[in-house]
Amino acid sequence: MWQWLKRLYHRMGSPKWFYDITERWIVWLALGAGISALIGLVLGLLYAPADYQQGDSFRIIYIHVPAAIIAQSAYMMMAVAGAVYLIWRMKMAAWVAKVIAPVGASFCLIALLTGAIWGKPTWGTWWVWDARLTSMLMLLFLYFGVMALQQAMESEEASYKAGAILALVGVVNIPIIKYSVEWWNTLHQPATLKLTEKPSMHPDMLWPLLIMILSTYLFFALIVILRTRNEILWHERKRKWVRKLLES
Amino acid sequence: MEFNSFAEFIAMGRHGLYVWLSYGITAVIVAYNVAQPLLRRRRLLKEQAQRLRREKRNAPTA
Repeated sequence: MWQWLKRLYHRMGSPKWFYDITERWIVWLALGAGISALIGLVLGLLYAPADYQQGDSFRIIYIHVPAAIIAQSAYMMMAVAGAVYLIWRMKMAAWVAKVIAPVGASFCLIALLTGAIWGKPTWGTWWVWDARLTSMLMLLFLYFGVMALQQAMESEEASYKAGAILALVGVVNIPIIKYSVEWWNTLHQPATLKLTEKPSMHPDMLWPLLIMILSTYLFFALIVILRTRNEILWHERKRKWVRKLLES
Repeated sequence: MEFNSFAEFIAMGRHGLYVWLSYGITAVIVAYNVAQPLLRRRRLLKEQAQRLRREKRNAPTA
């Protein structure tokens, strides 16, 4: 097992290996993300019953919650990739951290914007400076900060290092987001989904949400892979294997 | 099916503006995320192929 993990790690560090193996994943990830999104959206928008308090505005949940979940787990992945780069100097890890940042920021932005729009009919206001909203806004600024640092220095390595350090420091914000609805009095409702408890939602409302979360993860993986492949092509452009690819 | 007509579906029980604005903004951001890597790849391959041809032309022929 350990040997296998070690081998996998060394392969993941090889840009050409990553480029070749992901070639076949792209179409499946795209199909999986597309089909699951279609199913999730049809079920969520057409078949889920309206919320007894919020009416149909609750249907925003099917993009808001998946986006918020992926925004946070993308941040964790970016921080882990940054740590791998800092410890083992693996170039691939730096490139992965670099491409995750804008994608994670996109989902964070979606979560914030849909949250604001949802807040208007539900709370009567677009925005309040409460703990959950403020910590999510912090997450967006952390993403922007990491993106800026990743290209701030003269040398690429120094930029990646600076970005990775900020990403790691910013990890403290993740539990703050999670527990913000419990530690402080907030307008934001507590978590809809908990790993340890049975969900309080009606199954007809819950299933579309779970499908949309899966779909968003697949989509995230797809975009990160596409962007990483571009990063590989750019950095390896003078290598023989890329030259062959360009000539064919 | 929760809605009896297409008009009812669009109206979303008076919350149509909020629901569709949310989905619309999300669609735009998702579309950008799909387009960015595809366009960058196309440009990258074109530029690098050009560079390769240029280098070959300028290389001293033995």
